[in-house]
This record gives sequence, C-alpha cells and structure tokens, in this order.
Amino acid sequence: MSEQHTKAQLDLPVPELEKMARHLRRHVVSMIATAGSGHPGGSLSAADIVTALYFKVLRHNPQNPHWPDRDRFILSKGHAAPILYAVLAECGYFPIEELSTLRQLGSRLQGHTDRNLTPGVEMSAGSLGQGLSIGIGIALAGSLDKRDYHVYALLGDGECDEGQVWEAAMFAAHHKVDNLTAIIDYNAIQLDGRVCDIMGLEPLAEKWHAFNWHVLEIDGHNMNQILEALKKARDFKGKPTVIVAHTIKGKGVSFMENNVDFHGKAPSAQELETALKELE
Amino acid sequence: MAAEKATREAFGEALAQFGKEFPDIVALDADLSRSTMTKYFAQQFPERFFQCGLGEQNMIGVAAGLAASGKIPFAATFAVFASCRCFDQLRMSISQPRLNVKVIGTHGGITVGEDGASHHAIEDLALFCALPSFTVIVPADAIETVQAVNSAITTEGPFYLRLGRPKVPHIYKEDYQFTLGKAVTLRDGKDATIIANGIMAAKALETAEKLASQKIDCRVLNMHTLKPLDEEAIVAAASQTGAIVTAEEHLLHGGLGSRVAQVVTRQEPVPMGFVGINDLYAKSGKPDELLQKYGLTVEEIEKAVKSAVARK
Repeated sequence: MSEQHTKAQLDLPVPELEKMARHLRRHVVSMIATAGSGHPGGSLSAADIVTALYFKVLRHNPQNPHWPDRDRFILSKGHAAPILYAVLAECGYFPIEELSTLRQLGSRLQGHTDRNLTPGVEMSAGSLGQGLSIGIGIALAGSLDKRDYHVYALLGDGECDEGQVWEAAMFAAHHKVDNLTAIIDYNAIQLDGRVCDIMGLEPLAEKWHAFNWHVLEIDGHNMNQILEALKKARDFKGKPTVIVAHTIKGKGVSFMENNVDFHGKAPSAQELETALKELE
Repeated sequence: MAAEKATREAFGEALAQFGKEFPDIVALDADLSRSTMTKYFAQQFPERFFQCGLGEQNMIGVAAGLAASGKIPFAATFAVFASCRCFDQLRMSISQPRLNVKVIGTHGGITVGEDGASHHAIEDLALFCALPSFTVIVPADAIETVQAVNSAITTEGPFYLRLGRPKVPHIYKEDYQFTLGKAVTLRDGKDATIIANGIMAAKALETAEKLASQKIDCRVLNMHTLKPLDEEAIVAAASQTGAIVTAEEHLLHGGLGSRVAQVVTRQEPVPMGFVGINDLYAKSGKPDELLQKYGLTVEEIEKAVKSAVARK
C-alpha cells in the first residue's frame, strides 16, 4: 500500500468531493471493463452519495477497519460493489491496483460484496432487500453498547420491490431506531426497464412517511444537498431517516445515462475510452 | 420414565438463565414468544429482547446485524418459518458471511399435531444442513437441550436448534455431558445399530429393548448433532454391527438418513434401513396418532432392523 493512500484525506471540501466522485466513476468503468462483466449503471448513480459518505461524513479509520466506534455503511444493493471497492481503495483500505482484479478468480473483490474477504466491507450482499435489516441490527447493538456510531444503508429503487425492505421499515420505526439512515438511490431504472413500468414505487416518499420515517428528498448528484441531508439525518432523533435521492442511472457517462442496457453490462474497449474521456 | 418436559420449554428457561452469565446474548422473536418460550428471556431482559412481529425475513437480517456487532443473537420462531420462510436470508445474511446467529426452530416435525401440514416442519433439517457453515442440532430431551443451548452460546458460528412442541420424557440424567458433534451411545450392541435423534431417540431405545428379547442385540446412537456428523461413530457402527437403521421425525430425503447413508456408502457399506416421512405431507391429528399413521414407531424401526440384519 503506498504511503499516499495510507494517509488519505477523509474530510474533503465540496469541490474536492466532486472531483473525487468523478475519479471514482473512472475506477468503476475501468474495473468493469477489465472484468468484462458487472453493473456500471447503479454504481455510477450512487457515486456522489458514496463519495460524500466516505470522504466527509463517516467516522472511520482505514487502518483499523474493525474499530468498534466506526460509523457503518451497508451497501444493500450489492451489485453496486464496484463503487464501494473504488471508494474503499481510495480511502486506503486496500491497494488501488487491486481494483483491476474485480471478479477474477482469487481476487478479494467479488462480483457482489463479501464481508469476510474485503477490508472495509461491512456486509455480504447480492440477494436484494436484506441490507436495511442488517443495518437495523448494527444500530440496535450500538444503542445497547452505548456507542454513538451511526449506520447508513444504501438501497436501490428496484430493491424496494422486496417485501423484506418494508418489514424492516416497519420494525425500525416501531423500535425508533434513530441511529440509522436509509438512502434510496432512486435512479428510476431496474434490470428489466423503467421502474415506473416494471413495478411502480410512487408515491415513494409518502410510503416511507406512512411507515413513520423522517423523510428527506434530494438531488442525489448535488453534493451540497447530499451533505446537508446526511447531516440532518444524523441529527434527527426519535425516528429513522430515509433520504430519497433522485439520481440518474449511469450518471457521468453520456451513453450509459438512463440506458437500461448498462444496468448489468460491461463497456467495450472503445466505450471505455469514450467514458474515461467524458469523466476527465 | 417419570419426568418429562418439552424441549422448547427447556430452551426458554435455559436462555433466560444463560442471559445472566452472558451479557452479549440478545433474543428476537416473530410474534411467537409465548410458544417458542423466548418470553422468559424477554421478561428478564426486556432491553435485550426484540419483538419483530410477523416478519421473519427481517428478523434474520436484524439478528445478522447484531451478530456482526458482537452480540450473540437467538432468533426464534416455529421451525417451518425459521427454515422455509426465510431461507434466502439464512443463506445471504448468515451462512455466507458466517455470522454468529443462533436460529431456534420450535414446533419441529409432525408432533405439532392438530395444526396440520402448514405447521409441520419436515423439511427444516434438509434445508439447514444444505447451508455451509451452519451447525445443526436436534436434542432428544430437555436435559440435552439445555446443554445444546450452552454449546451454541460458547461456539462461534451459525447454529440451528430444532426443538419440539409436546412434552417428551427425559432420556438423560442430570449428570449427562453433551459434546458437540459427538454421537452418544445410548445402548451398546453387536447385531445392528439404530441411529436416531430428537423424539426418535427414545423410540430407538425402546425398539432395542424389544429386539433384545428376540436375540437381536442393537446399538443405539443419539446423533444429536446432525451437522457436522460424527462420521467416526457411524463408521464404527457399520464395521462393528454390520447393519444400520436411521429414525427421524423428518422427510426421508436430506435429513439424518440421507446424511448417514452418504458416510456409510463412502466409507463402510453395510445394509441400511430408513424410518422417516416418505415424500408426503401429514394431516391434522393428535401427535401420537400422527406418529402411528406416518410410521414413526417402534414397530417400523423393528421391521427396518430385521430387514437390514437379514441382508447382512
């Protein structure tokens, strides 16, 4: 691990965060292109949120991934593993060079996350709808142990089709789990097409309201809005908070944006070249 | 056999007792705490008990999160729901990350009785045994249950304990010593071995006594730990007695019989017989009536032993 990365600056100002998010997007498309498979769309839509968390909001220490007082980030939408790997590598959890091993035999970077293999990965995921429940459990343990960490769980919009998400929503509100924030990466596209055509979620914010959550709605690509919402969520007491973040699937790469084909398809060599140019 | 107690009752009392000694124990239930008996723990440690309502999938995930944070969660519900309702959650959130969650399935098997097929857990052991990293225990009586709970607390990793609804007679005395993964020889013998667990262990013993008067000398093993299996005891039984019969309150596929057969065929092939439920769902009825109707009886074990011995 290079010296530069063992000492990653984890409290960046907004312009630097925006730059970092672009940088992470470059990692995402490169990793997936090298692997020859993967899910670029949902990693690109979540890039700004993930950057804000790891380079500003989360209390964490890449040199001590198991620090008991760390904030936890649960990637419930496990197919967005590339954006998580990219941010963890940039924070210094493991060498950046390792990103090019994604999905290869022997790699610590599995197609979907594995908590026992990858430093900094809090939970294994891939079968959707389970991360919010995990986050609740971690939050409850924090309350029992009187630790003041906060738990963030990132869910996909398609993932909200899963019944378990709503079991978890009911539980968290009933038990007033307020050291937990759910973030919905509402990029409006799922594998088979547009969310509104496949399984409509609207009115999504009202659904969470009805489940007795504190609801915030933001532009998930506006760094100031992201930071403000994450702060409000952490400070809000008595209810869990959900941030419905409106995003664009494939954000940052013109031919991937709002393109259902890039939910789960790797870019070709030529497409990668174009993507990297656009992300400069 | 005078004393008797349901294994679920023994579990509930034990959990509340161990809760004092182990502050990291937490319990979760899905609106069945008065039946799974987690209510005793809930009464003693309300702040460490999490009522999940009828949301078993979420319960498993919350338990996984608690385990990932150093707690020892006991997640209890009926065996049918613990296995079938949330199998993907067991796989993704517990088995794959190898988290220290203890899943408790009460009301196992057909001795649930009158509630009928929807509530008869007869696939649960096959399902839990299919999950890498899970340890699976089927205690035979209340005394064994308490020690199995202790073992689950002190052994890191995912556990499934399969418990029963009705009262069952004690087959052990209070000085019994449970060892995880080690079968118990309830009776020694040289002509055949009956391998059983749960409520069938007592029936296996009864069968052996009956066969003794007919000059068939049976060894009886209580295979309380279904996974990992005590292969050494099975191989010894095969080579020393030359015939093996299994008896289980479960479907014949995927449970004790299948698992023992795999060891026997690979290491020490001998004639075998299998007592269990044969690819069907049982109906409503009193527990004893159901055991009779679906062949989980001393008579069926006896027949299977004689048949296996004849094929030696």
